[in-house]
This record gives sequence, C-alpha cells and structure tokens, in this order.
Amino acid sequence: MADASAKQVLFEPIFSNNPIALQILGICSALAVTTSMNVTIVMCLAVIAVTAFSNLAVSLVRAQIPASIRIIVQMTIIASLVIVVDQILKAYAYEISKQLSVFVGLIITNCIVMGRAEGFAMKNGPYLSFLDGIGNGLGYSVLLLFVAFFRELLGAGSLFGVTLLPTVNEGGWYIPNGLLLLPPSAFFIIGLAIWGLRVWKPEQVEEADYKMSRHTAKEAF
Amino acid sequence: MAKAKETVSRTLIVALVLSIVFSVVVSGAAVMLRPAQIKNQNLDIKTNILSAAGLLEKGASADEIESQFEQFEVRLVDLDTGQFVDASDVGVKDPMKYDMYKAASDPQMSTNIPASEDKAGIKRRPNVAKVYTMSENGEVTRVVLPIHGYGLWSTLYGFISLEGDLNTVEGLGFYAHAETPGLGGEVDNPRWKKQWVGKEVYDGERADPKIRLVKGGVSANAADKEHKVDALSGATLTSRGVEQLVNYWMSERGYAPFLQKLREGEV
Repeated sequence: MADASAKQVLFEPIFSNNPIALQILGICSALAVTTSMNVTIVMCLAVIAVTAFSNLAVSLVRAQIPASIRIIVQMTIIASLVIVVDQILKAYAYEISKQLSVFVGLIITNCIVMGRAEGFAMKNGPYLSFLDGIGNGLGYSVLLLFVAFFRELLGAGSLFGVTLLPTVNEGGWYIPNGLLLLPPSAFFIIGLAIWGLRVWKPEQVEEADYKMSRHTAKEAF
Repeated sequence: MAKAKETVSRTLIVALVLSIVFSVVVSGAAVMLRPAQIKNQNLDIKTNILSAAGLLEKGASADEIESQFEQFEVRLVDLDTGQFVDASDVGVKDPMKYDMYKAASDPQMSTNIPASEDKAGIKRRPNVAKVYTMSENGEVTRVVLPIHGYGLWSTLYGFISLEGDLNTVEGLGFYAHAETPGLGGEVDNPRWKKQWVGKEVYDGERADPKIRLVKGGVSANAADKEHKVDALSGATLTSRGVEQLVNYWMSERGYAPFLQKLREGEV
C-alpha cells in the first residue's frame, strides 16, 4: 500500500473499488437520502468532506495514537467533524438540512468513514490519506447520484426539482412510480448498479462459497 | 517508540488532549454559527406563515419576507377564555419567542386532552397559543392560526389562514410532517392546497366546525360543498387526520372561543 500513487488512491474507489458496490458499505444513507438530486448532492458533499478531513486528521496523529484507544480516537475525530458539518449546513443550507435531518448526524456511523480511517489513514501519510478520503467519498457519491437520478426521475418526474415528466397530480400525463420514492426501491437500483458494474469489470465477481452438487437422488415414482 | 505509545499515562494524555482540542472545535463552530441558524429558523417560520396566508411570492428574498411579515401582529391567546394575554404571562419578552409546542409538554403550561375529545391525536394542548393577525383601521382582516395533529405516521404541523369574516379559509399548509411521499405527502401539493381557498369552516354562527374531506372530488352542485375538500387519493388515514385536526383546532377546545371574541370585537 505504501507505494500507491496519488492518482490510484483518488480514482480507484470510484469504479474499481467502490465502497458501496464492492464493499457494500454505507447502504443505510444510500436508501434514505436519494429521493431527490439536490438533497443527495449536499449529502455527498458532506460525506466527502468528512471522509477527507477525518482521514487527514487521523493520519496526522497516527504516530501518537495508542493502539488500545485508536477506535475511540477515530470516532471522536469523525463525530466532531460531522457535528461541524451539520452546524454549517444548518447555518447556510437550512432548507436542505431540514430534509436531510438526522442523516447528516448518521454520517458518524457510516462505515465508509470509519473503514477508511482505520484501514488507510492509520498506515499512510496525510496527503495520500486526504486523497483517499476524497476518492472514497466520490465513489459513494457516484453511486448515490446514480440511485437518486432514477428515483427522482421516475418517482417524481423531475430532476434537481425541475419537472421533466409532468405528473398526473400536476395535470400532466406521467403516472409516477410511487415505490421509487420509498426507501426499498434503492435496493433494486443498487442491485442493478452492482450487476452492471460486475458485468463491466468481471474481476469484482466474488467466487462462489460452494457449488451445488448435482441432483442424484432417484425419486420414487 | 511502539512500546512508549502503549503506557497508561501516554494513553490518558492522548485522550485528554484530543478531547480538549475537539471540544474547542465543536463548541467554536456551534457558537459562531448560532446567529445564522437562528435567523434561518425564524425566516423559515415566517415563510410558512406567509405561504399559508397565500402572501408568499415565488423566489422572495429574505428581506422581502421580513417586510411582508411586518404586516402581521404576533399575539398570544389563552385558548380557554379566548382573550389575548401578555408575553410576560408566559415568561417571555417578545411574543415571537414563545414556543407553543414546547409549552405543550410542560405540565404547568398545558392541559391534558381527554382521549374521547382528542380527535387530533395530540394528547396535550398548550394553554396559550401564538396567533398572527393582520388588521386595517382596527378591523381584523386576516388571522393565521397554528394547527397540528396526527396523520398516519407523523404529527403534521401547519397553519390555517382565515379571512376577516373568521370563517372563510384563505389557505392551509403544513411545514413539517413525515407522511408517505407521493400519497399522504401530497398534503404539500400546491394543487391540493388550492382547493382549500374559499372553503367555510363554520355553518352560520355556531362554533361547530364542519370541514369534511370527501372521496371522489367535490362537484359544483354537491350539498355543503363550501365545507368539503377532495381527500388525497391513496391516503385515507392522512386525509382523516387532516380533517380531524382542522376540526379539532376550530372547535370549542381550539380556537373557537378566540374567534368568537374576535368576531364580537371583544378583544
């Protein structure tokens, strides 16, 4: 890992090692905040900021952190950054912070942030760690935006709040798919995205844990 | 080095320094951003009030909202007597600072609603409500009343605005709820909200609200059409909640005594 180049660290997590699609981390917020593009973008920016700066902070103090309390130290750093981000959103993007409500606070428990701090920033220098945070945040964002694109377009007939498919309720012709506005629909879209990604990059396909043996028992007729 | 890191004293020092540094960061951010946040919250409430009264123009700036809101007078009302009360009676300096939803959870400042009468599903009601009136030459021309109640998943918080006759609805809007998007969430749909305009809450002078949310739309010659609003399709329980909460707040237990006093010009 020590000789990883800056470019690799930044761009690998977007498709080759996507935190949501390959590592299946951070699914909770991917379901909750993807009903509209505007909200999703703000959430993505918040996550990028938190992963980048928590990686940076953890990496800077990594030589000082005693192993016995390292998880608590990382948690403290992440939680503080999340509170700061939440306060900033409340001050400068009030409407959107109202819609994101509790999910900004829940970035603390987003496994991606913690996973990168423990898995990368504890072993690498500040510059690379910072880039790794941005890269993983971007990987998370790409998938979230993909999900939000379909959910907002097909669920509400709009993108970024601009109506593209006028819905029946507004006097248009499009009958919106209500399921897409509910959290479970994100599972379908994430599933399809993972399928697509693994067709494109077959090396991401996991090896089967076991193989079904052939059916040999003779049925009694 | 690796060994020196693991001593007890070292662990304690790292924990202590870290806590101090991050408490400063967090409290610094909270204190510095507080004024902007309070401004946002106040602006948000004012926006909701103006939008319920149908006075909000699309894309209005913060200053325009502030100046529009200046036309309103913020008053506190004792719900049992229907009389105005002073801000000092509820322990605040400025009536705008009074939070009736906080008061609803304070046993000193609220009353329990018996289950048989609790149509809105709110359990407790504050003794004093915060209302917004607009007057011209001493005559009240518009009154905006906060209302809330339970829908299907959540408590809906909103405002209802009445014209000067204190009977005709001028607008209704909810600013906080968590109803199903696309179904109950359509309470936010401007086309649905538009139906409320011009509806009449009461029949004649009686303090018995008559609002009904009905299935299948309200045709031009339906009986009592001035009290009927088309319910939300696919959201029977949210519609029922809205009907109940509007009727609750407009009843004897809600704003009816105040509206009666206002109509008679006694307050």
